[in-house]
Amino acid sequence: MEVQTWTYLIVGFTFALYIGIAIWSRAKSTKDFYIAGGNISPISNGMATAADWMSAASFISMAGLIAFSGYGGSVFLMGWTGGYVLLAFLVAPYLRKYGKFTVPEFIGERFYSNTARVVAVVCLILVSVTYVIGQMKGVGVAFSRFLETDYNNGLFIGMGIVFFYAVLGGMKGITYTQIAQYVVLIFAYTVPAIFISLELTGNPIPQLGLGGEVSDGIPLLQKLDTVITDLGFGEYTTSVMGSKLNMFAYTLSLMIGTAGLPHVIIRFFTVKKVSDARLSAGWALIFIAILYTTAPAVAAMARLNFTKTIQTEKVGVKAGNIEYEKRPDWFKNWEKTGLLRFEDWNGDGRIQYYNDINGLGKARLALKNAEGELAELRKSEGVQDAELAVIEQRVNQARSKLGEVSAKHEETPFAKHGWQGNEMVTVDKDIIVLANPEIAKLPGWVIALVVAGGLAAALSTAAGLLLAISSSISHDLLKGIMLPAITEKQELRASRCAMVGAILLAGYFGVNPPDFAAGTVAIAFGLAASSIFPVLMMGIFSKKMNRQGAIAGMIAGIGITLLYVFQHKGIMFVPGTTFLGDMEENWFFGITPNAFGAVGAIVNFTVALIVSKTGQDPPEEIQKMVEDIRLPQVGER
Amino acid sequence: MSQPDAVTSDSAGMSPREYWRKNITCVLGLLVVWFVVSYGCGILFVEELNRITFGGFQLGFWMAQQGSIYVFVVLIFVYVRLMNRLDREYAGEKQDDMEISIREEEGT
Repeated sequence: MEVQTWTYLIVGFTFALYIGIAIWSRAKSTKDFYIAGGNISPISNGMATAADWMSAASFISMAGLIAFSGYGGSVFLMGWTGGYVLLAFLVAPYLRKYGKFTVPEFIGERFYSNTARVVAVVCLILVSVTYVIGQMKGVGVAFSRFLETDYNNGLFIGMGIVFFYAVLGGMKGITYTQIAQYVVLIFAYTVPAIFISLELTGNPIPQLGLGGEVSDGIPLLQKLDTVITDLGFGEYTTSVMGSKLNMFAYTLSLMIGTAGLPHVIIRFFTVKKVSDARLSAGWALIFIAILYTTAPAVAAMARLNFTKTIQTEKVGVKAGNIEYEKRPDWFKNWEKTGLLRFEDWNGDGRIQYYNDINGLGKARLALKNAEGELAELRKSEGVQDAELAVIEQRVNQARSKLGEVSAKHEETPFAKHGWQGNEMVTVDKDIIVLANPEIAKLPGWVIALVVAGGLAAALSTAAGLLLAISSSISHDLLKGIMLPAITEKQELRASRCAMVGAILLAGYFGVNPPDFAAGTVAIAFGLAASSIFPVLMMGIFSKKMNRQGAIAGMIAGIGITLLYVFQHKGIMFVPGTTFLGDMEENWFFGITPNAFGAVGAIVNFTVALIVSKTGQDPPEEIQKMVEDIRLPQVGER
Repeated sequence: MSQPDAVTSDSAGMSPREYWRKNITCVLGLLVVWFVVSYGCGILFVEELNRITFGGFQLGFWMAQQGSIYVFVVLIFVYVRLMNRLDREYAGEKQDDMEISIREEEGT
């Protein structure tokens, strides 16, 4: 059977499964809709949390990121798992004991302030909407690449499926579909990894294969280090991301961001009791760890496979580089999507892929693009001379830059092999996981399974986020602040309407991705780390923290994080509006904008502590409430 | 790390304040391990640990990409056990109180 037939079959089957679950698990009360009735078992909740947590980014992008950053990529592995330790120790049990429906509800009540609640809702919506756009894009891309449908149609199908089970079933429907989605995605992730590990190292367990030996008896990682350092890249096992301080801050931001993401926290509201909340955090991490310990193996193996496909023999020997005409089929497939691109700079018909530190390949590409534009402009009629002059100047600039870079390149060892710049002008990191089964020549059904897995990862996370958004609107804004008099039935209807609205909004942004979609990680984790996590910590661990401190802290935390991200990446990520430039020399102690959430959190804590001294202590009943959430439940609920 | 045995309370009973103090001790103890395996072994002292190799891995690299994650999982389950024990000790005495109060109510 063809890959595409398999894909239709497997994706169709999983979608039918999700719809079946939706019909079976309709929500009948607001308790069903917000917290799935509050009686999900710890293992089921662990599994659902794992699917909720592992997004299109974890499934599709993470292994690719690690593959091309080596040791530095560890920040994602440690950050996105270590956060669960914080969730289990510092957040989940206390919020479960509090026993209500949403995160802003806790913040509002603990700080006896509707303002605090609204600020929390704004943070939550900012975090969740940026996050959900990424998922919607993932769905559209998966459809358009593998089912050869239009991107928008793919997006609409995805929206339709989520619509069905999220609107009908609320948290209850989402929980049971997430369990199914976890099974699909973990199977889809591990099966190709097992095959690749087996093929490369003879060990079927990827986690062990990572330390295994390749065919010539050399350990895989050592082999990889040699292969890529020969091509001028940094050593795989020791390449630092930025600096050690940056890695430290990055890991910390991801960890506390994880522990502050509302769509993850609300999953712990669905279990019966406090001890179950702790236990289900443990189960969630086990289920997550299966993917997260496989990912580094996939990354290292894919990097080796990819590099060896192009550099088949020793560097410097002519036959060492693959002839372009003999490139494998998967290479051709991905070239069609534009995610891989080759330019034969030295005209030898072979591919040279190496670390071109002077950027010779880039300079050549810039010149080629500028010249192309000039030729295009000359052909067309009625062009102003001024316009032409601008482009001509750009060509001249590119040419002089190329001259400069070429001189430097002559000094590199690669120049004497006749290499004239890196010829792989585009290698998109996202293709690593998706292309893996093709690279390993696995059967069509495995490729189809990976597509279904990617869709499951994207849909499960999207649903969790949509629920967090809609419940904060219907429960916090509507029922909590604007119309406290509405009945439960009306609130249930309102939450369904809010869900519909949230899906349409996500769909709209999926079709018209705003500029800030590219900065999802920076924004979502930065905001969660700098606003929600600190305020939760102070709410639980400090009885004396008052509303003035909490509100000032949240605003300061978000403010400084947004300011830092925007000043380096552009206001709302619009290119050209950066006011300090995306340049390393302007970074605060060399900390990248993505890693700034940790600093934002420190600012939040500091501001809150100072400001709280100016106000009065919280009222007696609030201090009682804090005492109460710290204690275990006695007897059954 | 906090010693579970040290947590066992005597017959004098456990006040909410004592429960909270033991909870914090337990969490802080486990967070020290959390910090050491990730930030310590995985980032700060990674070069030193990389001098040690085992089964095709450099130890520092392995801690950063594999080991720390396994330790995280173990940490949560250790926490679950310690806290369940602490909860039982606390609840045991509280239930006695409740039983007493119920008996008192029935008596009147």
